[in-house]
Amino acid sequence: MIFYRVLSALIVMLGVSTITFALLHAVPGDPVEVMLGESASVADRAALRADLGLDQPIPQQWLAFQRDLVRLDFGQSLYSKKPIVDLLAERAPWTAGLAFVSLVIALLIAIPLGTIAALKVGTGFDALSSSLSLLGVSVPNFLFGPLLIIIFSIWLGWFPTSGNEGLKSIVLPAITLGTSLAAILSRMIRASLLDVLSEEYVVAARARGLSKFQVLVRHVYPNAALPVLTVVGLQLGALLGGAVITEIIFAWPGVGQLLIEGIQRRDYPVVQACVLVVSFVYVGVNMLTDIAYSHVDPRINFDE
Amino acid sequence: MTNKISLYSALAILGFWLFTTASVYTMPWFGSHIDLQQMFSAPTSLEWFGNDDLGRSIGNRVMRGAATSITVAFSVVFVTVLIGTSFGVLIAWFGNLVDMVGVRVIDIFLAFPGILLAIALAAVLGPGIDNVIIALVAVSWVGFARLARAQTLSVKKRDHVQVAIAMGTPTVTIIRKHILPLIAAPLIVEATFAIAAVIVAEAGLSFLGLGVQPPTPSWGSMIKQGTQYLLIAPHMVLAPGVALFSMVYAINILGDKLRDHLQVRENQL
Repeated sequence: MIFYRVLSALIVMLGVSTITFALLHAVPGDPVEVMLGESASVADRAALRADLGLDQPIPQQWLAFQRDLVRLDFGQSLYSKKPIVDLLAERAPWTAGLAFVSLVIALLIAIPLGTIAALKVGTGFDALSSSLSLLGVSVPNFLFGPLLIIIFSIWLGWFPTSGNEGLKSIVLPAITLGTSLAAILSRMIRASLLDVLSEEYVVAARARGLSKFQVLVRHVYPNAALPVLTVVGLQLGALLGGAVITEIIFAWPGVGQLLIEGIQRRDYPVVQACVLVVSFVYVGVNMLTDIAYSHVDPRINFDE
Repeated sequence: MTNKISLYSALAILGFWLFTTASVYTMPWFGSHIDLQQMFSAPTSLEWFGNDDLGRSIGNRVMRGAATSITVAFSVVFVTVLIGTSFGVLIAWFGNLVDMVGVRVIDIFLAFPGILLAIALAAVLGPGIDNVIIALVAVSWVGFARLARAQTLSVKKRDHVQVAIAMGTPTVTIIRKHILPLIAAPLIVEATFAIAAVIVAEAGLSFLGLGVQPPTPSWGSMIKQGTQYLLIAPHMVLAPGVALFSMVYAINILGDKLRDHLQVRENQL
C-alpha cells in the first residue's frame, strides 16, 4: 500500500525532473550563447557546453541529468561559481521558515472562521465569512504585500519594509502569504466540519448530554482533521508558488529569490535546481500526508 | 436581493473593462503620452489617478492594462479549454493503458506548485505576450484535463452512451452529441474561475518582470513599478491594484453565481 504511494510519487518526480530538464532545451536558439552573452569567447562557450553536457546526444544528457539528481549534484552556478547545493542549503531554511509561519497564521485565521461559519451555517456570519474568503482569494499577494508595506511600514512604521532584520521582518511577508491561504482553507474547513456535523455520532454525543464545546473538541475536530490535513498538503503548492512572489516583494532571502536572481542572470542551472527542489518538496509532503492519512484512518485504501 | 445586487455589480464591472479593452484597441497611442513635468503627480480632479515615474497618466495606463489582461486571459483560457478538454475526454474514452498514462501526465503537471512552471517557462522562452500565453497554457490546461476526464468517466457509464456504442454510432458523434453537452456545465464554471486565475497569474509574471514588456502596460508591471516608489508615490500601486482586484473579484462572483445556477457541486471541480 505505502509501496504503491511511494512508487507513484517517484514516477511523478521522474516526470517533473524530465520537464525541468527539457526547460533548458526550450531556450530559443543556443542556450550556451543565451547564458554567456554574445561577447563570450569560443573557448568559454565550448567549456560550458562540455560542462553542461550539451555536446552529448539528448538521451545521454537526460541520463546524466537524472544521475546527478540522485547524487544531489546540481552542478555549479554560472554566476557565483559555487555549487548549487550550497546555495540551496543557504536559502531553503528562509523559505521553510516563511512557509511555516504563514501556515500557522493561515490556520489561526481559518480554523475559527471556518468553525463559526459551519456552526452558524446559513446565517449572516456564514455569508460574511464566505465574502471574506472570496475577498482574500481575489487580492493577489503582489498587491496585498505592497498595501501592507504602505500601511504598516511607511505610515505606522511598525515593521521594516523588507529584508531580514530580526523577527519583526517575517511578520508582513507571513501575513501576506498566510491570509491568501486562510481564504481557501476556511472554506474547506467549513465544508469538512459540515460533513462531520451531520454524522449520527455527533447527534448521539449531544443526546448524551455533552456540551456543544465538548462535542466540537472530542468528536468533530478529530474527525474533520484528516480531510483538512490533506487539503493543507495540496494547498502547500499554492503556498510555495506564492512564496516566490512574496520573497521578491519583501526581499526575503529564500529559494524564490534565488530563482528570480537565477532568471535575471540567465543562470539556468540555478533556475532548474530551484524548480526541482520546490516541486519535490511539494510531491514529498503530499505523499507523506497521504501515508499518514491511511495510517490514522484505516478506511482509506490506496488500492481503490 | 443582495444576490442580485452583487451579480449586477459584477456584470457592470466586467462590462466596463470589456468596453475599455474594445476602446483602447482603436487608439494605440492611448496612455503612452510622456509628460516629465507631471512626474509622480498625486491624483487631481483632472488626472484622477495621478501620474507615474514618466509623468504618464496612470488612469489611461490602467485602461490599457485592462486590454493586456483580457487579451491574455481569454487567449489562454480558450486554448486551455480546447487542449485540456480534448485530452481529458480522450483518455477517459479510450481508458485502460491510455488512461493510466494520461493520468500520470496530469499528475506530473499538477506536481509543479502554483505558477512555478509558468515562471520557469516564461523565463527560458523570454519576455513577450506570446510567451506569457504559452507559459500560462502549460500550467492551466491540466485542470481542465482532470475535470473533463472525471466527468467523461461518469457519463460514459450512462445508458444513452452505452446504447449509442451498441448501435455502432461513430465515436466522434458520441463524444460530440452524447458526452460534451453533459460535461459542459462544470467546464464552463471552471473556465470562468480560470479567467480570474489567469489574470492574476499574468499580472504575477509581469510583476516579476517576466511578462509583457514595457512600454506595453500590464497591471502587474505597473504594481511592480509602484513598489519601487512606495515612499514618494504610493498612488502608483493603488490604481492598478484596485483595477486588478475589481476584475478578479467580479469574475469570481460571476463564477460563484454560475456554479449555483448550473448546479455544479463545489467538490466536483
